[in-house]
Amino acid sequence: MSTYDRSMALTGQPPKSLSRNQKLATLLGMFGLVVLVLASFNFNFQNKTLWLSIAISAISIGVFWFSKEAYSEKFPGIKNDGVWFKSISSRGFWAWIAGIALTAFYIVLYFFPEYLGLVKDGGNKGVIALFDPLSRFLSGNPASQWFVYGTLYTVAILVFGIKFMWKYRHNRYERIRTISVMFFQTAFAFIIPELMARLNGDKILNGGSLPYYDLKNMWPLNYYNFEGYRIKGFLSSGDIGFALLIFGILSVFVISPILTYRYGKRWYCSWVCGCGGLAETAGDSFRHLSDKTVKAWKIERWVVHSVVVFVTLMTTAVIYSYLGTDTSKYWLTKSTFLIGMAVLLTSVFAWVMAFKRNELQKDAQYGAIGYFVIIMVLLGIHFFSGEGNVFLFKSETLRKSYSFLIGSIFSGVIGTGFYPIFGNRVWCRFGCPMAAILGFQQRLFSKFRITTNGGQCISCGNCSTYCEMGIDVRAYAQKGENIVRSSCVGCGICSAVCPRGVLKLENGPLKNRIEGNQILLGNDVDLMTLVNQK
Amino acid sequence: METIVIIGNGIAGVTAARHIRKLSNNRIIIVSAESDYFFSRTALMYVYMGHMQFKHIQPYEDWFWDQNNIELVNGYVTNVDTDQKQLLVDGARSLDYDKLIIATGSKPNKFGWKGQDLHGVQGLYSKQDLELLEVNAPNKDKCKRAVIVGGGLIGIELAEMLRSRDIPVTFLVRESSFWNGVLPEGESQMINEHILEHHIDLRLSTNLEEIIADENGRASAVKTDKGDTISCNLVGLTAGVTPNVKFLEGSKIELGKGVKVNHFLETNVKDVYAIGDCAEQHEPIGNRRPVEAVWYTGRMMGETIAQTICGNRMEYKPGHWFNSAKFLDIEYQTYGWVFGSKGRQSYESHFHWRHPKEKICVTVAFHKDTQQFLGINTFGIRMRHELFDQWLTNEKSIDFVMEHLVDANFDPELYLQYEKEILAKYNTDFSKSLKLKKKSNKRIFQLNI
Repeated sequence: MSTYDRSMALTGQPPKSLSRNQKLATLLGMFGLVVLVLASFNFNFQNKTLWLSIAISAISIGVFWFSKEAYSEKFPGIKNDGVWFKSISSRGFWAWIAGIALTAFYIVLYFFPEYLGLVKDGGNKGVIALFDPLSRFLSGNPASQWFVYGTLYTVAILVFGIKFMWKYRHNRYERIRTISVMFFQTAFAFIIPELMARLNGDKILNGGSLPYYDLKNMWPLNYYNFEGYRIKGFLSSGDIGFALLIFGILSVFVISPILTYRYGKRWYCSWVCGCGGLAETAGDSFRHLSDKTVKAWKIERWVVHSVVVFVTLMTTAVIYSYLGTDTSKYWLTKSTFLIGMAVLLTSVFAWVMAFKRNELQKDAQYGAIGYFVIIMVLLGIHFFSGEGNVFLFKSETLRKSYSFLIGSIFSGVIGTGFYPIFGNRVWCRFGCPMAAILGFQQRLFSKFRITTNGGQCISCGNCSTYCEMGIDVRAYAQKGENIVRSSCVGCGICSAVCPRGVLKLENGPLKNRIEGNQILLGNDVDLMTLVNQK
Repeated sequence: METIVIIGNGIAGVTAARHIRKLSNNRIIIVSAESDYFFSRTALMYVYMGHMQFKHIQPYEDWFWDQNNIELVNGYVTNVDTDQKQLLVDGARSLDYDKLIIATGSKPNKFGWKGQDLHGVQGLYSKQDLELLEVNAPNKDKCKRAVIVGGGLIGIELAEMLRSRDIPVTFLVRESSFWNGVLPEGESQMINEHILEHHIDLRLSTNLEEIIADENGRASAVKTDKGDTISCNLVGLTAGVTPNVKFLEGSKIELGKGVKVNHFLETNVKDVYAIGDCAEQHEPIGNRRPVEAVWYTGRMMGETIAQTICGNRMEYKPGHWFNSAKFLDIEYQTYGWVFGSKGRQSYESHFHWRHPKEKICVTVAFHKDTQQFLGINTFGIRMRHELFDQWLTNEKSIDFVMEHLVDANFDPELYLQYEKEILAKYNTDFSKSLKLKKKSNKRIFQLNI
């Protein structure tokens, strides 16, 4: 059954190949990319506004044209024909080329921005300079490497979002969800923060200047949100700044828990989040590459929860480092803060162990206890010794290593660079502390579930194959069990690709949310009662 | 501890094995010549279409069998000696059993057409059939046209598969409308239209006369009873399946079309049982056919036989009929009984609604006199199995079902819903003035009921 493509042709060999127009569309898109690459090699484009427009239009039109050729002639419905035959979507030659190119781009972006044209204390060059006019138009400032990245990121979500909506035009859930993702990226992540930058120094902010703030990007995904320089920025910017700081705290402790309780973590991960947005749109062609083995699931749980512990320790240390010790100056001091953290973590831990212990697997319980003890011991050592650094390391060391290991390497280089090899949600699944916290709540305290439709499953495996989070959906569906997994981002594709109408994402009562059946619906009623008794 | 040998690793045999393992520490051996590990037969089409690789249609990872102490033997059972309680695998290895479960499934029907065994003529049932299809129809250059004979579920799947590689398809259907033995008129008509809009050359009321060979003994054309000759490189025979029990001829096990069993799935020989597609009931159960070649019934027989094997002798008593399929882009679900032209009783009345533009329709069957709800077919709308099962058990009236239709909707969130239009048509058709009940989570999730 080895029909997959071993050749180097982007078009794939028959049985599936690109049409002539699709090849032309690819060429057009590539042309847009080449303009950007040339710019970063300091090819001198005189009219920057014109050439930037040309580059971005070429990329966009290329993608639209490609999608039109792929979908417009076909009937609405699932469009997965030949996915595993094409080189780009089945880890073939072009997948590796794309993966290496993306990875290289991220390495340059994070560690060598000077190759993109960033000049210390001077005007931009290269590709960054190409984006100067657009940046000045929005924020009034010259572009940075992050502005270039943000623009390309938004363009990718928009154009591939439209492709995605075309592909799933029969599916209203997918269409509306994609509009949401496109909106939050364009407005919240891209335009609003740039416009907010125009307020800096204005009297509306009491002359202060706000840190760059993507309002939907909350801690711990936005791991730096409570760092000293940002807090200073918020507090120096009058009522608006203070309101934003309060919003940042509320979004972690109030808004997000309420929404997650009602809708599951999908409200964030596949409707709002920028990382999720890119994964769902530009990454859609790679969703089936995620690893579904039990082994991968075990690794996932350890890695992602370790990141949560890491980010909690790091943030605690960072906040601790800039707090004072004198209660008369400000009520929140180093020691009240540490005690507060200890109380918060203890209550979460105690609540889970008291009420939800039975819903955790044995190893998850050990893991939770282990990590809880470690954190408490670290807090205790510090508290009773009174000296030195909290958590053995300097807070700056913790912050720097988190930012390097998790913020750059994991989420960028591996998370996105390796889309064509490991699938589009590697970061969300293995690395994102935000996803882990939301998932923890989704598993234990949320109305969301994927309902399995009685006995209708035929074990075909489309759901598992196309699950970007690597959940073995079929394993639940064929047991007649609802899918309640902390990692599920609620993208809805399992339900879409199911040929028998077995899966439905829905919010319902907490009671009987998770149940497995030995004997499935459709069989002898007596047998079902006999065997399914709990 | 007994040795249980299961012949066949399809859904029936594997379900039996899994449940026997849950209930006992018996030695379990599964023999199959088709594949090393269990795979989902209904998903074979997706491998050809490139939606999945073969490994994806295997529901369990390879270590599963070892971990659960289920022994797998790759081989073909050539002889069953029920006196010695011994099997012969590949004519050589012998295998002793205490209890034997036959779960060998089906094979494609061949009705003695001239040329039915030529190269390039094949059915679509097994993994080997799929591998053969890769040889016979790898792409549209090697296979310039395919002719499919037999308008059932496998036929339309094969047509969809070939179309995914842009291979032109001619589809010969004996009936006057696609699958109208099973589907009511309106639905069958809608599927005809859908087949045609997918550029499949559908020929209704047309039979195969003979398959013509080229000089190399390969199929090169078919002749129909309408007098047409259609040249082609592949002939797909999809006129139903028949139990795969030939290897049992000469044994003491009673055979009809399949292995004859009673309602306890027992054959005429002690300690020998048959389940799944290959079992044939002496007495059919309810409206069901004596041989049921359906995924779900295979699974249910496996669940039942495991009880019997492990000491709790249990009758096979399937609950309310249900089934599902997908015709190209249109999903189909059925709960209870809705009959097409075949087998319809005089008391069965139908209500039919079809969307003015989209390929969406619903047919509800009810008892003309008592108004009892008998069953529903839906196309393009998903329905909730659990609720319909309950309504059928409680013998709800059609009015009740129509009023509560919103509860049963299982389409993804945010989909447009058509219950209002459906009910309006029902009210007009039967001069009623029912009002739609609001969706209730209490009823759907059966809280406090």
